[in-house]
Amino acid sequence: MSITLQSAYPLLNRLRLGRDLPVLPLAILVPFVLIATSANVIAPYDPTEPIPGAKIFEPPFWSVGGSTRALLGTDYQARDVLSRLIFGARVSLIVGVMGTMVAGSIGTLLGMLSGYLGGWVDQLIMRITDAWLALPAIVFAIFLATMVGPNMWNIIIILGCVYWTRYARVIRGEVLSLREREFVKLAEIAGASSTRVILRHILPNVMNSTMVLASLTIGVVIIAEASLSFLGVGVPPPQPAWGSMLADGRSMLMVGDWWLTIFPGLGILLVVLATQLFGDWLRIRLDPQQRNL
Amino acid sequence: MGQFIVRRTLYAIATLFILSLTIFLVVRLTGDPVTLLAEPGAQEEDLAVIRKDWGLDRPLPVQYAAFVKNVLTGELGQSFNYEMPVSTLYFQRLPNSLELALAATLISFLIGIPTGIISAVRVNSVWDHVGKTVALLGLSVPGFWLGLVMILIFSVWLGWLPTSGQGGWRNLIMPAVALGWYFAASLLRLTRSSMLEVLRSEYIKLARLKGLPAFAVIAVHAFKNALIPVLTLAGINLVIMLNAAVIIEVIFAWPGIGRLLYEGIFQRDFPLVQGIVMEAGVMIVVINLLVDILYAYIDPRIRLTR
Repeated sequence: MSITLQSAYPLLNRLRLGRDLPVLPLAILVPFVLIATSANVIAPYDPTEPIPGAKIFEPPFWSVGGSTRALLGTDYQARDVLSRLIFGARVSLIVGVMGTMVAGSIGTLLGMLSGYLGGWVDQLIMRITDAWLALPAIVFAIFLATMVGPNMWNIIIILGCVYWTRYARVIRGEVLSLREREFVKLAEIAGASSTRVILRHILPNVMNSTMVLASLTIGVVIIAEASLSFLGVGVPPPQPAWGSMLADGRSMLMVGDWWLTIFPGLGILLVVLATQLFGDWLRIRLDPQQRNL
Repeated sequence: MGQFIVRRTLYAIATLFILSLTIFLVVRLTGDPVTLLAEPGAQEEDLAVIRKDWGLDRPLPVQYAAFVKNVLTGELGQSFNYEMPVSTLYFQRLPNSLELALAATLISFLIGIPTGIISAVRVNSVWDHVGKTVALLGLSVPGFWLGLVMILIFSVWLGWLPTSGQGGWRNLIMPAVALGWYFAASLLRLTRSSMLEVLRSEYIKLARLKGLPAFAVIAVHAFKNALIPVLTLAGINLVIMLNAAVIIEVIFAWPGIGRLLYEGIFQRDFPLVQGIVMEAGVMIVVINLLVDILYAYIDPRIRLTR
């Protein structure tokens, strides 16, 4: 059976779709990244200015009263919802990726120091991790955003400072076993400094875990940014972000202007879903024990 | 056991110390809190008065000592806007948050536990895939968006449920689902993995060999033991829901702690914000300490290894 399949579909068999290539996640993430990076080229209108001659709260073009001028309708300032969604994708992408990179860098560094150096350094870093974990992440992020003042770059730093704890815990655990391994012991005997051992021997071996955690963190960071923007302590207006679009649309929900709420939420949902699926795929790919299951 | 309790308690105190220091320093170092309190464009003399009133002209260590004293006496400082101790405000709102959090816990049980059990009992079946999909959606659908969509469908279009405020169960159901949604997914995953582990154990094999009906094996023998970690997680989740339901409470105009925090942000009431955040941290550290001690009491191996 398998032989006939192999000869009948050689290419399909070689690719093993879904296993060698995460089809569904890529089908969402590739367009998302393309749209976000080329927002200023493909967006039909300026996302911060009203469409000339358009009314406020125009529904999408297929609804009664909608027009093809604004395909997905207009908001309370007669701005184009589609253009704002496209530019909002850019904010989500930048904050998601950069926030995850900040969190991953802090967490991986502290986790390696904690696990490799041990002693009081380990104690200190782990107690800080505990203290950070004691606060619900979103409450901590709201608190920091309120104190620091909202803008996109602050939000990136804030979310990085909130979500590093998981990396620190996981990486520390791995380093505890890595540091007992032969190649680390030999490097130490050969006279390598702690810095060198950490950077040359430990870091490459924990990168897989960091990447898996990163792929799972991006979605969390994107939702957190949307939450902050929704509460008005995230990306400030008039810059379009999916979270603040949801906040703008909330007042019109009661009269049934559904497009202002549905589209930004679907954007968040699809992107986060795709990053989660991609993360699961990556975890199984990078861990041979799970791959064979 | 005594030694274990002492060590864990010291850890908890160290954690709270770092937490209080972090909150204190974030407020002082990220900008002048006086500018948060004063109206925009206030004169320098007015700022000086506020600074003196709030003791912000004193050296940092003195201010920190005062902050710690406020936490220890349970007052958590004075709210700028309400002119009341933060703890009074916090405990006024606590029953409302508790009502919502308990309802959300119930929802997360109703979704998470049956789906988790079916997924574990029928691994890789259609049911397992349904369970995996629910778990995935729990992580990907933001709870507050789910809340907005429910308002649109059940309040605006169908007119079945009231959009906001506190009242009977009809007011409670949508915020409870929106809040419990994420936690349902985490309970589902834990129930599934916990059940899988128990089902592989020797005593379950024995129960099956004895010829007990499949339902009795799963319901009586397996579920009872798989329930322990699930209930622990639910307890911790409850405390998180009490303090972290900010957006859900804002959307549904629910007068709980999360909404108090939101009001604090917009009234630039930094003592209130700082106090609520600290109180949330204290509650979570304490519940984690209790869980650790309870586990060590139940399972002696934990006392020895950690």
